Amino acid sequence: MLAYIVRRLLYALPILLGVNLITFALFFVVNTPDDMARMQLGVKRVTPEAIQKWKAERGYDKPLLLNAEAGGLAVLTETVFFQKSARMFVGDFGRAEDGRDIAREIGNRMGPSLAIALPTFILGLFVTVTFALTLAFFRASAFDFWGVVLCVAMMSISGLFYIIGGQYLISKVWRLVPISGYGGGLEAWRFLILPVLIGVVSGIGSSTRWYRTIFLEEVGKDYVRTARAKGLPETLVFFRHILRNALIPILTGVVVVIPLLFMGSLLTESFFGIPGLGSYTIDAINAQDFAVVRSMVFIGSVLYIVGLILTDISYTLVDPRIRFE
Amino acid sequence: MMGFQIVLLWSDILIWLLVAAGVGLGVLIVRTPPLLSAWRNVGANRVGMASATVLLAFVLIGLLDSLHYRVALEGKPGQKTQYAVEVLSVLDALVTPLRTRNEKTYSEPFATRLYAKETVDVPGQGTVREYPRLKYGGKHLAEREDEVAADAGFTAFRAGVLAFLGWLAVAGIVSGVVGHGEAPGTGWRRIWRGETAFAWDAVLVTLALMLLVAVPLFWLSGQYHVFGTDKVGQDVLYQILKSVRTGLIIGLVTTLVMLPMAVLLGIVAGYYRGWVDDVIQYIYTVLNSIPGVLLIAAAVLMMQVVIDTHPQWFSTAAERADLRLLALCFILGITSWTGLCRLLRGETLKLRELEYIQAAQTFGVSSWRIIIRHILPNLMHIVIIALVMDFSGLVLAEAVLSYVGIGVDPTMTSFGTMINNARMELGREPVVWWSLTAAFAAMFILVLAANLFADAVRDAFDPRAA
Repeated sequence: MLAYIVRRLLYALPILLGVNLITFALFFVVNTPDDMARMQLGVKRVTPEAIQKWKAERGYDKPLLLNAEAGGLAVLTETVFFQKSARMFVGDFGRAEDGRDIAREIGNRMGPSLAIALPTFILGLFVTVTFALTLAFFRASAFDFWGVVLCVAMMSISGLFYIIGGQYLISKVWRLVPISGYGGGLEAWRFLILPVLIGVVSGIGSSTRWYRTIFLEEVGKDYVRTARAKGLPETLVFFRHILRNALIPILTGVVVVIPLLFMGSLLTESFFGIPGLGSYTIDAINAQDFAVVRSMVFIGSVLYIVGLILTDISYTLVDPRIRFE
Repeated sequence: MMGFQIVLLWSDILIWLLVAAGVGLGVLIVRTPPLLSAWRNVGANRVGMASATVLLAFVLIGLLDSLHYRVALEGKPGQKTQYAVEVLSVLDALVTPLRTRNEKTYSEPFATRLYAKETVDVPGQGTVREYPRLKYGGKHLAEREDEVAADAGFTAFRAGVLAFLGWLAVAGIVSGVVGHGEAPGTGWRRIWRGETAFAWDAVLVTLALMLLVAVPLFWLSGQYHVFGTDKVGQDVLYQILKSVRTGLIIGLVTTLVMLPMAVLLGIVAGYYRGWVDDVIQYIYTVLNSIPGVLLIAAAVLMMQVVIDTHPQWFSTAAERADLRLLALCFILGITSWTGLCRLLRGETLKLRELEYIQAAQTFGVSSWRIIIRHILPNLMHIVIIALVMDFSGLVLAEAVLSYVGIGVDPTMTSFGTMINNARMELGREPVVWWSLTAAFAAMFILVLAANLFADAVRDAFDPRAA
């Protein structure tokens, strides 16, 4: 098991290097540091000296990939790629446009992101799995039919509608909770309850339909017929046999997103003014702060790969037939 | 006679190419019995056909909006003709009143007065604070402003009657075709008893509903702003109509970009295995591991810089917005082919071990021939299902991306930019609700129809579902 995890982590290195190369190509080759300098400085203040100064301050004045002037290992290290992209491997993300340390900022903002994402994830999973299991239990009935109709309608509604509509109705008309904002400590729940609720509701449509299909696929299998032939009541068949066996396909989709919860949700956080990583990313996109966007891309990829490894490990936990070699 | 110059935007070319490809695919389907029988199943599906009718209406609007031209400006005789900077489409020409009759600012649906009070000079009374009368909304009523409901109701009723007559004519033609060569009335009876192989009853009912909504709406829109006006006084209905094309292009052109990559790489990886498979798997794992929104954001930001630094590439603003839209489709395509590619790779891995492929290999049939003749046709159902399933997701994604600021050009009308412009309006007093509601409702109808149609297609093509 340990050997397997180590091997998977080693496999992850070339993938992360690929991610780095892609983002590097996007941020520095398509769009040279000179272009960035011109954009950040604004049209009026662009002079060759100002551009040189801007680049030197941020370390963009080095060659991109190979530094022919430097000797020895410095050929590789004294370059923009090494300084800006490769150093992300050791958690050094550099500074944002406003001079703040990105790594520290990320650490500070992880908490609020998780405070929204984690409850949304757990509650959403519970609600959708329960709803899907109920639909599958009453399959081919009117309840099932209208449940699916509801799901299709709900997944056809734009996610923006849930947020805008929810904010309007609950915060503005009924004045139950604040529209946006975030507070530390115990008072935080007042700010969290609406985004979590909206997050859960907006996910119901597609997830429920997906889980329902998985359950229905299991219902048709031989072991279910055996269980019924033994005389087990239908509820027991569902909870003891079908639910457990359906866990494998469900886990494939679910475990991989768990690490990504750290990233927060772009939309929810920016709408509700929550100082998490999602709104950090959006602000960076709007301010065209490439250092931050680059760091978030890197962190996102790392978390995705961690998610893939976790998925494989979770398989062994729910299905003893799967073993690693 | 005003001269005009035809403008071919890149997205127009692509969308008409898509239409041509669709027609070609239709011919291919008719000639391939297994595909034809699957599509017959789609045709028999009532929900599927009802949603297809709605989709077709959207496509029609989009196609009308994809024929662009520039009007010649009136110049002195003998001078070289100059053309207007503004690029118009056939749809714009058809709904000229909607496009040109702009008010000053917000006004409610069917309003005759502006939404906000203004200081107006009234002769003899000095300055007065009042709700100014709209320039165009309800203009024909003159002093009888309180009769809006009666007037609009009467107009709608007349238009509804006309719509019903039109529908009867269409239904009559259809039943004539269905009952061709039989006693009169047979076709009609067979349609409504659901005895036709094609779900004509669903199509006709949907058509009736659409006509009963669209014709009165169109008629009324000549006299009122049926969905109100937005901040700069533009008619919301007009914006909705213009948004349709953007949504369709995002949904269709993106799949066009993604399809060749996904199909080619997926099949090649699964068929050749070995290092080819490793390389392709590496590429899509890398792309997959970058969070989608961030990759799109990064790529769009870069594209924006490229476009901003090369203003000489574009002769009109429409061309620039168009290129940005296509670039967005391209970026979305690059980030979304991995899922389909993985599916196709897995399926090809299974297929290549089957006896008939082994037999072809033993006979010495070349690899490419095996791929094209034997593997590709057996993967078609996955491709078709993926295509229709992706469409609705892409339309929804456009709105979110435009909201985040990494979507289409802000000057281009789309559901996303409409929502983005209108998002602060719910905070006003009194609430400006019409722009948002109209945008969300139009998007909901489009996406719901796409989802239902996708379900019908999946049910017909997925061998497991049967």
